[in-house]
Amino acid sequence: MRRFILIVGRELRLAYRQGGDAGLAVAFFVIAAALFPLGIGPEEQLLSRIAAGVVWVTALLAVLLALERLFQTDFEDGTLDLLALSPLPLELVVLAKCLANWLLTGAPLLIAAPIIAVLLHMKTEGLVILTASMLLGTPTLSLIGSIGAALTVGARRGGVLLSLLLLPLYVPVLIFGVSAVDQAVAGMGGKPELLILGAFLAAALPLAPWAAAAALRQAVE
Amino acid sequence: METLTQFLAMGGYAAFVWPALAIAAGVMTGLLIQSLRFLRAREKELAKLGGDNDARRGSRS
Amino acid sequence: MHRFANPARFLRISAVILPWAVGLAALFIATGLYFALFASPPDYQQGESVRIMYVHVPSAWMASFVYGGLALTSAIALVWKHPLAHVAAKAMSPIGACFTFMALATGSLWGKPMWGTWWVWDARLTSVLILFFLYLGHMALLNAFEDSSRGERAAAVLALVGAINLPIIHWSVEWWNTLHQPASIFRMGGPTIDSAMLIPLFLMALGYTAYFVVVLILRMRGELLARKIRVIRMARVTGAEHLSASRATS
Repeated sequence: MRRFILIVGRELRLAYRQGGDAGLAVAFFVIAAALFPLGIGPEEQLLSRIAAGVVWVTALLAVLLALERLFQTDFEDGTLDLLALSPLPLELVVLAKCLANWLLTGAPLLIAAPIIAVLLHMKTEGLVILTASMLLGTPTLSLIGSIGAALTVGARRGGVLLSLLLLPLYVPVLIFGVSAVDQAVAGMGGKPELLILGAFLAAALPLAPWAAAAALRQAVE
Repeated sequence: METLTQFLAMGGYAAFVWPALAIAAGVMTGLLIQSLRFLRAREKELAKLGGDNDARRGSRS
Repeated sequence: MHRFANPARFLRISAVILPWAVGLAALFIATGLYFALFASPPDYQQGESVRIMYVHVPSAWMASFVYGGLALTSAIALVWKHPLAHVAAKAMSPIGACFTFMALATGSLWGKPMWGTWWVWDARLTSVLILFFLYLGHMALLNAFEDSSRGERAAAVLALVGAINLPIIHWSVEWWNTLHQPASIFRMGGPTIDSAMLIPLFLMALGYTAYFVVVLILRMRGELLARKIRVIRMARVTGAEHLSASRATS
């Protein structure tokens, strides 16, 4: 447990010193979301129809951006080899890194997303469910993302390849995240969708670190 | 002649049927050719290496 | 050289199977096309455009079938480390990608006259599109590393992750569609297929399968030769170093 927390702390401190993964993710999210009204037009009804989708897709892309560096720097300077040899199982190392990644990207988005949603004229009934869906969904995105990051660590053109691999895998989370909000706005609550998002998270928590650790072992062999 | 034009017209759907068949034929033929060329290139390279090998063995002995 | 024992057997067996597979593919596809274009009736509702079904449906079947094979060989490669499994997986994914592309393109050309639209975001089409991306990702991952065996192992993991995710994606899109589109149900080829139409369908399916065997053998043979070449080249380099080192000390 202590080692787990140590790794999380190390990740956070490194990110702080290297200057704001968190800031960059939120900044990208805001700018990208702002492009939509500029591209589609400011008409309130139209924007409120697509607000849930826009918020979710841009949040998803923002999480994707930070994932590239999840294992890359550690791979390059040899830390990954050491982590693989440490007494803490590699699966827990991955989980610790996912937690740190989420604290740096997903969690700040939980604050930024409702604000952007208001700017996109999302109906107020949707805002709470939006935050709840992102609370359940963004950790899943970090977890699934760690699999992709582990598979592509040390690869040529790793960033683009990572997106190509992860975006299909993100589709279910995206669908249910947006559906939850749409259902809430339509007056039907959105609870089933939240439960399914919770199920995805519950499944990803053990499975993703296991798959990512297997992929990482191939990288350090 | 009439039946040929009738056949080619495909009941008015010619613009859809023939391109679909062409895509299927084109993709499958293209893949086959590319796979054959891949194999032939490797065979040639291996033969060349095998030839070099014999020459080397001869000169070293 | 024991590493090549299994592959050598494969090369021998495949050399025997190949001409038969070629013959069967040519036979089935030729007769299938004959039945598809000449000896089968036009559809009651779709007219002659139903003929696209005979190239579209078998390619969709093959796209899924090859992915099943890819997942299976990837599992065998990771769990039992059979030497041929990675070779098979590497050979299979371009074939699967081609079939998926054919399914999407011919399906689109079939959909426009049938349902009036080039594309619809329902569960089946969206899943096939994502299957196409999975194949592309698999191929990209195979070639993304200096060390090709790393690429193979990573691609094997990806193939398995994709295999688990595809049903989830299909189900998610279906859920999403029932919320947004309660009405339309798209049945491929109508509610029941006339038996006269089943014949060309199965002939083409058999033909495509034989074709798959042909191309798979060609690609696996090529890949095995490529490995041999790599091993010889490596031996050359280390042999030359050894030689020059011993010459330097003598």
